[in-house]
Formats: sequence, C-alpha cells, structure tokens
Amino acid sequence: MTLPIASSGSIDWYLTRSTGAVTLILLTITLALGVADVTRFSSARWPRFVIDSLHRNVSLLAVLFLAIHVLTSILDGFAQIQPIDAVIPFVGSYRPLWLGLGAVALDLMLAVVLTSMLRRRMGYATWRTTHWLAYACWPIALLHGLGTGSDVQSSWLLYLSLGCLALVLTAVLARLASGWPADLGVRAGAAGAAAAFSFGLALWLPAGPLGEHWARRSGTPAALLGGHGAKRPVSR
Amino acid sequence: MSEQLRVNPIACEAHGMCAELLPERITLDEWGYPIIDQEPLSPELLEHARRAAQACPTFALILRRRVR
Amino acid sequence: MTDRDSRISPLPRLLKGVPSQGAMRLAAHVATHGEAPLARGRRKRRGSSALIDLVEQAGLRGRGGAAFPAARKMRSVHDARGRAVVVVNAAEGEPASDKDRMLVRVLPHLVLDGGLLAAQALGADEVIVCVCELESGAIASLQLALAERERSTGGARVRIATVPAGFVSGEESALVNHLNGGPALPTFTPPRPFERGVAQRPTLVNNAETLAHVALIARHGPKWFRELGTDAEPGSTLVTLSGPVEYPGVYEIEPGASLSSLIDAAGGAIAPIRAALLGGYGGSWVAAESPQQLALSSDGLSAHGASLGAGVVALISEQACGVAETARITRWLARQSARQCGPCVNGLDAIAGSLEEVAAGIAPAKARQQIARFAALARGRGACAHPDGAVRFVVSALQLFGEEFSEHASYGHCDGCTRAELPLAAHSRALVSAGR
Repeated sequence: MTLPIASSGSIDWYLTRSTGAVTLILLTITLALGVADVTRFSSARWPRFVIDSLHRNVSLLAVLFLAIHVLTSILDGFAQIQPIDAVIPFVGSYRPLWLGLGAVALDLMLAVVLTSMLRRRMGYATWRTTHWLAYACWPIALLHGLGTGSDVQSSWLLYLSLGCLALVLTAVLARLASGWPADLGVRAGAAGAAAAFSFGLALWLPAGPLGEHWARRSGTPAALLGGHGAKRPVSR
Repeated sequence: MSEQLRVNPIACEAHGMCAELLPERITLDEWGYPIIDQEPLSPELLEHARRAAQACPTFALILRRRVR
Repeated sequence: MTDRDSRISPLPRLLKGVPSQGAMRLAAHVATHGEAPLARGRRKRRGSSALIDLVEQAGLRGRGGAAFPAARKMRSVHDARGRAVVVVNAAEGEPASDKDRMLVRVLPHLVLDGGLLAAQALGADEVIVCVCELESGAIASLQLALAERERSTGGARVRIATVPAGFVSGEESALVNHLNGGPALPTFTPPRPFERGVAQRPTLVNNAETLAHVALIARHGPKWFRELGTDAEPGSTLVTLSGPVEYPGVYEIEPGASLSSLIDAAGGAIAPIRAALLGGYGGSWVAAESPQQLALSSDGLSAHGASLGAGVVALISEQACGVAETARITRWLARQSARQCGPCVNGLDAIAGSLEEVAAGIAPAKARQQIARFAALARGRGACAHPDGAVRFVVSALQLFGEEFSEHASYGHCDGCTRAELPLAAHSRALVSAGR
C-alpha cells in the first residue's frame, strides 16, 4: 500500500521506526534513572544499588535497540542511508540535517557508554565530566526523531515524544532542585537551557514537522517524494 | 590470607550503596558516610564485599589483601 | 636527675649564638657550629648511609609533631626506587607554633645544612624548602642565605616553595600534593611520600627543626646529641611558649625540664596560670596548678594524656574561659578542614556547634553525650589526622574544664569568655630566646 508520505513499506522500515521510538523511550528512562541515582533517591522497594544497576542496564538495552535501529535503516534501501551516515553527521542524502543529528546523538551515546565501561582507568573527575554529555545527547536524539521520522504527523510518535520530553524535564528540574550541581550559576544556566529548548520546540513543531510539506522541506530527495503511484525501489 | 575493606574518605560521596550491599559490615553514620566493621570477612561475605566495592560509583570502597 | 644549672648549660644548641636581630650570616654560622661535612663535587648516585646510621644512633625523632624516628624515615626513602627528593617542611600551619618560621628566618644556614646533608645521604638532587607564602621575612632570609652559599651546595639544587596559609597545608601529603601542582590538601595514602611523592619520586618530608638537629648530629656525633634528654627522647627540642608570661617566644629546652623552669626562662608569669595546652590545637589540655611538677617530656606528659607535639606550650590565665577558648578554637579547626571527607566536615562542624551552644547556655541537656558521640564519629575517619587532633583537643577540654562546662550549660557566658587568649593569627613573633 502506498502512503501519502515517503515510505518503502518494507519490514526494515517498520523496524527502524519502531526501534527508534523504543530507543527514545529507553534513553528517557536511562536519564531519569541517572537523575535518581545522582540525587540519591531511594525507597524501600528501590534501594540505591538497584537504581544504579538499572540505570546501567537500561542504557545498555538502549544501545542494543539503537544498533538495530541503525542496522535496519541501512538495510532498508529506500532512503539510501549508508553505514557512514550513522557516525558521520550531515553527509547523507536523506534529510541530511535531521539524520545527521541522529549520528551526533549516536556519537555522544557511544562516548558516554564507552567511557563508563572504562571508568576505572580514567579517573573519576574525567569520567564525571564526559558523562554530562548525556544531557546533550538526549535533546539531539529527540530532534532527530521529530525531524527524520515520517510518523511525526501521526499522533502516536508525537505524543510519545512529548511524553518523553515531559519526563526528562521533570527529571532535570528534580536534579536542579536537589541542589546539584552546587554552583548556582550553572544550575540557573541549565534551567534556562531546558526552558529555551522546550520553548523552541513548541515554536518549531507546528511550523516544522507538523506543518505542510515537511518531507520536502527537511531534505527528502525529490526522487523519493511521492503521493500515490510513486515508484518504490525493490525491497531486498 | 584475609581481605580488608577500606574507604577512601576523600573519594567517598555518601552514595550509600555499600551499606545496602554489605550490611553485615558497613553501616552509615547520620550524614550518610560508611562506618566499616573490621571483623574478618568469611568466604560468603567476601563475594558480597567484592560486589559492594564494584558498585561504589566513586571507587571509594577498596578491598585489599591485609598487608600485615 | 641533674640540677637545673647543668641541665641548662649544655644548652643552647640550635639557638647557640642566635643573633638578637636579623639572621645569622654564613660566616657566623660556620664560626659557631663549624663546617658542615658536605662533600663537594659530584653527587653520589645512591647516597651514603653513613649519616643515616649516625641519626639512628642518636635516636633523633621528628620534630613536626608525630615524633617518628628520623632515621627510619630516611632509610625508607634511601631504600625506595628512584631518585630521591628532600622536602624541608617549614610550612607551620599551627598558629601557636613559631619555631619553624623562626629557624628559617633567623638560622637559615642550619636548616639548609640539614636539608643538604640529608640530600647527600639519600643521593637526592633537589632540596625544596617549604615556607608559608605570608612569611616574607623568612622567604627573604632564605634567599639571602642561598645567595651566600652559592659555591657550596654539595651537588643538590635548593629551591624555595611557598605554601598557602592553612592548618592542614603543612601535612605531609598536602605538601607533596601542592608541590605536584595540586591543592595544598591531604591526599589518600598509600602511597606515602617516602615511596612516591614529589614527581612520583621517593620523598623525604622532614620538619625544619628535625633537619637542624641532623645538621648538628653530623658535626658532633650521636654521643654528643644524647648528652641531653632521656633515652627515649634524646637531644634538645624547641618549644613555642605563648600566654601570660613576660617573654613569650621560642625556647630550646631539654626534654624533662619542668613547665615552671620554662616559665622562669621566659621571665616568669605575668598572671596566674590556669592551664596549658600542649602540642598545639590538635593536642591536649593539662592543668597548670603545679607547673614544677609537670615535666615536659613524653613520659611526664603521657601520664596526663598529653604530649609536646610540635613543641607547643600555650598557656591561659585564670581570667580566661576554658569553655570559650575551646569553642572558639574548635570552630576554627572546623573551618580549617580541607573539606574533603564527610566525617570530618560534618563531625567537626557538629562538635563546634554543640560547644558554642554550651558556651552560650543554650545547649540541650545531653550536650556532652552528643559531643562525645560526634567525636567518636569523626575520629579516624578522615584522610588525615586533622579530625583526630580536633577530637583529642575537645575531649581533653571537656575533662579539664568539666566544672566550667556545667556552669556554662546552666548560666551561659561568663566574664572570661571574651578574652580570647589562645592565638589564631599566624604572625611571626619577634622574640627568640636562648633559654637563660
């Protein structure tokens, strides 16, 4: 069946979109758990070591789903995504900016995960600083999903994304409210950045992905744009 | 050959996971910092002690062979 | 025991010929003490342990407060792998102590001799003299002394390093941390400096006075050194006497001398003395009602639960308030914490708070138990000995000033509370005396 927006309809295409969404959810949960970890949250059912282990394990699960997401996006021939597009941003042909953000997010995620695995070798202070890249990774991953995904106009991805954003904002505010990091200027800056991001998102969404002709404006190659009867490359 | 638990008090940031994972030997003071009971560790407890040392987010809990 | 005269006449040793103004110049130093047996020419790679043997036979103990056998420390550095470094610790963060800055300012050549002799024994190529950055007089004096010795430093390079003012800055690992480019705060050990210190090299960190004694032992031998003092505590030692005496300052005494002989040497008391704080602000209080019966030696003082530490004898008069002094100094100690370890930061702050409440008469009924509990929590759980010292200080105060504490708990501040006799500003005291 053809859809009024660019798609290939192959299994890989569905897997890419679904694993992408799951990765976003897992990243959101990881971030929330990370905040719970650093703010020393604990309860009778959720002791500190459980929160910490969950944080690490959910992040690894996110890496797994991210791997499937990237693999299936390459395997699916529709958008002609090359392996290199997964790690080098902005060089692809399909929605280069928005896909590129995905590559940036992936790079950041790799940095965070690899440094965490090697943390004993690098010294605590260095590890802590690099781990903060996680706060940069998440919004970039979100923008990638909203910009690249072809499902944004259907409610489920939009509500999912907004739900994840709400959870992340709550987590960030909780962290700032708990008094970490100690520098008031840094906290104010972080709160400002979070507010600016949300505000910017609120302005951009209706004009961008939810607006007219987003597929064309976001850089989908002309050959792939189509309404009914558009030619579909043969899926492998 | 016995192992000894030590805390690096400078690295310790009172996360408190050690006391959860080895309550037989580690309790927390009212500010959240660990107090270690230096009673020798039995073989079963040794496993838990290792896990506790690995779980410490700041590498403050150290399990080392008793030198003397 | 020998009588007072013959005990005093072999003194002074370190303070022999000390000028009443300015520093002792090189010529006067050599005339007074003789030449230092420093080899000229190339530095021996592995050092010679002859000096270490002499120091061992002399039984010299460190004068920085810990009284660790000096030869043992030197031997550990000598035996460790790598090229050694000698650090002369004259940082003296203890406000009630003046001896180290006095030595560096007035007798720099004695200190430099000791440092260079130690460097020679260890095969070290560098001697670093650490002084508080506020001590401009001492720094200038050292620079002048180094200029005088241009030709004869026996192969080792000497440099001066300034250290930020602070109670913990002179702690061994803090000093090494600072010299390695980090903050002047203690580090977690192991490894100790003798294994891996400055630039990861085996480092001898010795108090300035300890090395001054080494300089004399190298000249006169261990037997001479042992002519004074006791078997356990041979040699002479410098003490800083402060409080209501005519001439507070640095004195050289023989271990075992009585507190009253020290007060006499300082021109006598100018007010009745209530108590003596021995060892510094990490030390212990002792009643001073019978100073002639208080022998300033480790044996004499351990009976009272005290020790000389870094040679600090701080007296307070009958007019002062032991409670207020204790509360004030404890709050200062809490602020001087490196703030790296939870039990120290929280424990000392809690103790200081409780003491202030007791002093003001607003303490809960169980204040003393509370303080004892905090003390038990703070002791031994920091990376350095700072909380241990503070706890020792407070516990001994509670014992000695028990009655005053109870009165304060009921009635609040007394007349003596504002006197503030114990010194907190670490300034140089001009007076130096040779122990009349």
